Amino acid sequence: MNENEKKILEVKNLTVKLDQQVVIDNLSFDVTEGEYLTIIGPNGSGKTTLFRALIGTVRHQGTIRWAPDAVIGYVPQKLDIERNVPLSLSDFLKSKTAVSNLEKYLELVYLPRALLNQPLGSLSGGEFQRALVAFALIGNTNFLLFDEPTAGVDKPSEEQIFETLHRLQDEKGLTIITISHDLDVVNRYADKVLCLNKRNICYGTPEEALRTETLAELYGSEHHKFFHHHHDIH
Amino acid sequence: MISIEPMSFALAAFTAIASGLVGSFALMRRMTLAGDALSHVALPGIGLALMYSYNPILGGALTLLVGVVIVWKVEHLSHLNTEAIIGVLFALSLAIGALTFKEAHELVETLFGGITPVTSNEFFLGSIVAALVIWFILKNRHALVLTLISKELAKTTGISTPRLQFYFLVVFAMTVILGMKFLGVLLMGSLIIVPAATARNIAKNLHSMLAISSGTALVSVLSGIVISQTYGFQLGPIIIIIASFFFVLTFVFNVLKSGHA
Repeated sequence: MNENEKKILEVKNLTVKLDQQVVIDNLSFDVTEGEYLTIIGPNGSGKTTLFRALIGTVRHQGTIRWAPDAVIGYVPQKLDIERNVPLSLSDFLKSKTAVSNLEKYLELVYLPRALLNQPLGSLSGGEFQRALVAFALIGNTNFLLFDEPTAGVDKPSEEQIFETLHRLQDEKGLTIITISHDLDVVNRYADKVLCLNKRNICYGTPEEALRTETLAELYGSEHHKFFHHHHDIH
Repeated sequence: MISIEPMSFALAAFTAIASGLVGSFALMRRMTLAGDALSHVALPGIGLALMYSYNPILGGALTLLVGVVIVWKVEHLSHLNTEAIIGVLFALSLAIGALTFKEAHELVETLFGGITPVTSNEFFLGSIVAALVIWFILKNRHALVLTLISKELAKTTGISTPRLQFYFLVVFAMTVILGMKFLGVLLMGSLIIVPAATARNIAKNLHSMLAISSGTALVSVLSGIVISQTYGFQLGPIIIIIASFFFVLTFVFNVLKSGHA
């Protein structure tokens, strides 16, 4: 690591147990300012739990050290909203902080401003997912934790969201950690990859980290299925 | 002949606004049952206080505080059957409460309320409590919205959901105490919930929800007082019947509207 680069997040010997089960085992990694780190791993490998530990909603052992100026925006994988809850999109976005220029954040995620006054329950899955991204960006967010950006979003919207993230990373020096299933996206955008299966299986640039043998170790028998899936898409 | 004490009238109005606001969030947080159980916890406290000649409001407030802690704890123990525990708490406090009353008329009054003139001390204390409740809800409305949407998102913006939930339950209990004199324990829970349910039928956003809910509660309470004084009906039941009328009206409106859409 370059001496001039500033560590914005330091994770050391992180262990998380849920119901006596070890979900994350002695995990260590650093994130420098402006970096784009993607976490990959099979289902149940502790990816979402890692995010929860990072934002402080699950108990953990070990060290998680955030830079004092880190302002975290979190995009959860899925949020179930009761359909008839009398809250508009604007109510949701304003619940984070009092901002006057909500339209600016909607533009970032390609949502029409007419949606602001719509009830939350009337938004489609993709629209709501993008609203969650807008919510995470509101304020002076400089660190984005993004759980499965592709879940519930169609392919064109997904591209738009990644383009937006990439642009923000360049323009504002936004630091990003995403959880992803899509190796194609990982190769295109990520500076670093962390392969997680309870413990650290591989860590480094996509070229270094994503070698066939590490993927085999990471996904085991699921490995084959994984690539099949991608052949189908392209 | 209508002769309504201005102070009673004003305090009832403040109470209505407070319960409309609290009810909006109680309903959105799906704690209708917990809220009802919580208001009944006041009953044994009032009964015991009467038995030992203490101030019944103080007795009710004390057991309510115990209820707040129980409901709060239960809400955080996700592995327990919350509904069952709250249901038992509800039934148990009603049963113990009923046993503690020696005089049937006292029990009926505690359950159903009635308009009795308030002393100036009660008026000032009541107004302060109502103002506190209204202030808390309005000040924390955004944080309350966020915690009901996602505890994790709330956490990333620095809001502690358990702490906010505890304060909310305390505010809920304070509102129950406010309404005990007018509506009684049994019906105060309804004044918190029915106007909020009415508002949810037609509200499109948070501010219309809060305005319609507290407006419905206010109109129900004030017109209830006038009707009960004019025709000699029991106050509490009249208020709830009026509020429920608004609920039915908005419900039908909602059904008709979505039928045409």
